Amino acid sequence: MRPFTYERADSPAAAAAAVQRRPGAKFIAGGTNLLDLMKLEIETPAHLIDVNGLKLDTLEATPDGGLRIGALVRNTALAADPRVRRDYSVLSRALLAGASGQLRNKATTAGNLLQRTRCPYFYDTNQPCNKRQPGSGCAAIGGYSRQLAVVGSSDACIATHPSDMAVAMRALDATVETVRADGTTRTIPIAEFHRLPGDTPHIETALVPGELITAVTLPKPVGGTHVYRKVRDRASYAFALVSVAAVVQRDGSGRVAVGGVAHRPWRVEAAEAEMPRGAKAVTAGLLADAKPTHDNAFKLTLVERTLASVLAEAKG
Amino acid sequence: MKFDTPATTNPIDQLKVVGKPTDRIDGPLKTTGKATYAYEWHDVAPNVAYGWVIGSGIAKGRIASMDLEAARKAPGVVAIVTAENAGPLDKSKRNTATLLGGPEIEHYQQAVALVVAETFEQARTAAGLVRIDYTPADGAYDLAAVKDKAEKTKDGDSVVGDFAGAFAAAPVKLDETYTTPDESHAMMEPHATIAAWEGDRLTVWTSNQMIDWMVTDLSATLKMPKDKVRVISPFIGGGFGGKLFLRADALLAALGAREAGRPVKVGLSRPLMMNNTTHRPATIQRVRIGATPDGTITAIAHEGWSGNLPGGSEETATDQTRLLYAGANRLIGNRIATLDLPEGNAMRAPGEASGMMALEVAMDEMAEKLGMDPVEFRIRNDTQTDPADPNRAFSQRQLVQCLRLGAERFGWAKRNPQPGQVRDGRWLVGLGVAAAFRNNLLTKSAARVRLDQRGIVTVETDMTDIGTGSYTIIAQTAAEMMGVGLDKVAVRLGDSSFPVSAGSGGQWGANNATAGVYAACVKLREAVAQKLGVNSADAQFADGQVVAGNRKIPLAEAAGADGLSAEDGIEYGDLDKKYQQSTFGAHYVEAAVDSATGEIRVRRMLAVCAAGRILNPKSARSQVIGAMTMGVGAALMEELALDKRTGFFVNHDLAGYEVPVHADIPHQEVIFLDETDPISSPMKAKGVGELGLCGVGAAVANAVHNATGLRVREYPITLDKFLDRLPAMG
Repeated sequence: MRPFTYERADSPAAAAAAVQRRPGAKFIAGGTNLLDLMKLEIETPAHLIDVNGLKLDTLEATPDGGLRIGALVRNTALAADPRVRRDYSVLSRALLAGASGQLRNKATTAGNLLQRTRCPYFYDTNQPCNKRQPGSGCAAIGGYSRQLAVVGSSDACIATHPSDMAVAMRALDATVETVRADGTTRTIPIAEFHRLPGDTPHIETALVPGELITAVTLPKPVGGTHVYRKVRDRASYAFALVSVAAVVQRDGSGRVAVGGVAHRPWRVEAAEAEMPRGAKAVTAGLLADAKPTHDNAFKLTLVERTLASVLAEAKG
Repeated sequence: MKFDTPATTNPIDQLKVVGKPTDRIDGPLKTTGKATYAYEWHDVAPNVAYGWVIGSGIAKGRIASMDLEAARKAPGVVAIVTAENAGPLDKSKRNTATLLGGPEIEHYQQAVALVVAETFEQARTAAGLVRIDYTPADGAYDLAAVKDKAEKTKDGDSVVGDFAGAFAAAPVKLDETYTTPDESHAMMEPHATIAAWEGDRLTVWTSNQMIDWMVTDLSATLKMPKDKVRVISPFIGGGFGGKLFLRADALLAALGAREAGRPVKVGLSRPLMMNNTTHRPATIQRVRIGATPDGTITAIAHEGWSGNLPGGSEETATDQTRLLYAGANRLIGNRIATLDLPEGNAMRAPGEASGMMALEVAMDEMAEKLGMDPVEFRIRNDTQTDPADPNRAFSQRQLVQCLRLGAERFGWAKRNPQPGQVRDGRWLVGLGVAAAFRNNLLTKSAARVRLDQRGIVTVETDMTDIGTGSYTIIAQTAAEMMGVGLDKVAVRLGDSSFPVSAGSGGQWGANNATAGVYAACVKLREAVAQKLGVNSADAQFADGQVVAGNRKIPLAEAAGADGLSAEDGIEYGDLDKKYQQSTFGAHYVEAAVDSATGEIRVRRMLAVCAAGRILNPKSARSQVIGAMTMGVGAALMEELALDKRTGFFVNHDLAGYEVPVHADIPHQEVIFLDETDPISSPMKAKGVGELGLCGVGAAVANAVHNATGLRVREYPITLDKFLDRLPAMG
């Protein structure tokens, strides 16, 4: 771990300005991912701006019937919120499928969206990794890739995004609210928030330097049956091989987002038109451009079978 | 004490303390944080500095250059140790790769430097500033690719009769190949050591299972006399064979302390451990079984392949097949190939843990071919003598009883022999069985016992407690022998200044270490009797008193102001040659497989064990359920994922290397048969900590097959290996 300096921010705009002022500065909230990465010198921020005191830890109804989730709302609190459990239960289930109780107590809503990949080559500083060290190459391609991406990947990177929460957020059409160093705010649809790797896998989101997430907003509830199914080798405390977040209406229409398959939560709205016709048809559209490796080609079958199981469960 | 004839009645048979379910006497120390683990000796070595180990970034080749300048100038740096300035070092016979590499690199993350600084954080930061350029060389990393170059091991094959002829003639045959992956011990406590020099004397506070091996290896490596090295390791946060002998933490702490001129503390980071330390090597195993239609095995062959660094030993995965089942014609042997991976070595039940995962699935497959119940097939082929030597009987062998009792308790009769038929909602449910088998190893073990004027009995031995419960069974033994309660016994372990014990490994610790304590207590009883002027054979030791004739003397009084002390050990004759000594069991597992995703979740487990006298049923049960848990890991998830291009284990942390979590482990039950084995030792006990693991993986695999009708012969059984063979989704 490199030595770093530390300060506490007293307003979101001040935090954003402080990060922009100091090259190599980063925000820290729950620290459940950043600190681990700093110990391994995968992240080497020279300065940390602690945003925990920013009072962004409340949930409030929005005027149009949605729910605004403060960036610092802890995963545990979000999963347990009665409104989330009632109206957005796919989100609650996704949260509870992730990490452990201890981690969820610390991890924040915004931090969860910003988790770095769990690609094992990213975690080993002896290995080339375009995400960790742009231009160094990708050791995962041609290496051990069972956990890695099958769709939307590039010749530079086949990493996946590890979050469960983000998959549910994607299915729910959440929007990300931010503030920039100059004090201006903007709203980014979740679909545009996470990027595909392309030839710049180190740039993972639409955020610009210094931009701070202040909230994630859910539109008004869409009803339907909410299912989150996470498939993994052990029963708990493991990242998804694949996961499916689904909201299914009585008429069989609905939404599906998939985790564990791409550099971002994976959703293809056009494929959802096929939902009444079943998992095979939906998966064909979802994974039309898939380019799996030898190690992870099974994920194509797994997505289809998991989705079939989820749709059967939703039907009751 | 020489043990060369079977035990007769002795004071242990009273079973006033021994054999009773007993809480760990060290439990309160652990639950209150007062048990001092290797990294936590904050008072023993003032002015300690901190070392951070740098591991090689390549698997094979040479260090072309190492730039230490920036690290040396970094804040707080006290010293840097590399092969260049470490002075002459030997390699002990137990180490395959050198523990401080360079310029030659033998495996990934082989230690190449130790950076010592005033604080842990400074050492770690400075280590990040060391720049190393390597010249990589080609290496062999893939066992399957070098299998054909493997050689027979020095033990040679075990050949009985004419296997080839009998197998060719057998009406029912099985010929299958199974693979097990590289596995990591993944114990909770990392390897850690504090080293301090006083002149030419070295003391290490470390985490080690075999104190005398550690003293031997450390002194040999540093080319110094054995009596100048002291090793202290009273508490160990898990070892599983990963801490049997000298590893890089202890050597580098000693070298760092010498270079820095002050005590140095070194702990291995988790990512380093997976590639720097030892692991259970992968195996390829071919099993052939021939039988007559009534299920009598006529031919059995088990060949195993594993790899290791040059000079390293093989995984003896086929050895149990020499002894487990009858069969007139046999061919059994291990082969070893050279691989440039991190060093392969012992991990809990080396040999049998991997071997039973193949053999016991093969037995299940063969039973299916024969149309026999797999329990009955095993019972049909039971043997009460060594199949290679009919004159050599097992000292005790209750495999059949274990299988029968287990079948009854588990509800085996309800199993549908037709696989893939039982559904519970979206789950496919199946039952599986496997035999358990692990040898009982005898090795000498000594202890010192003191009786003081308060009537307190203090036992000292260099035996270790790796979480197994050694403290408690040793206390029980001393209490039984001296006729006192557990509250009058103090046990001190894990210090090389104490008499040399069996140590912890190969499930030999419990029986041998307590037998050593028994021997010392016999001597102490004689000393007490002599002091009181009574015949020791007539003296009864009970309730804190010595009763001889009409005399009743409190032990405390017998001890007198100076106390009494005795030291002795157990040594064995040839009873383990005359008899085959093994432990037996049966594992039953119910598993459910998600019909959509192929996820496997174990639902119920039962182990029935016949392992001699169970000294403490409570800690023995802990050992067995822990082993069963490890078996679930081996069956379903544990695998050091190998990058075959560059020769390293990729998933080198506990997020990537999955072991079972609580949610994976359902109801577990353990039954111990009431058994004593007088041929084993005066304790009439045997080991149980490894028996609990042997066969579990196969029982899980067999349950998965019963649930789905699918066989996966490549461990771990993960869904990607059979998803495309599951029934189509409706």
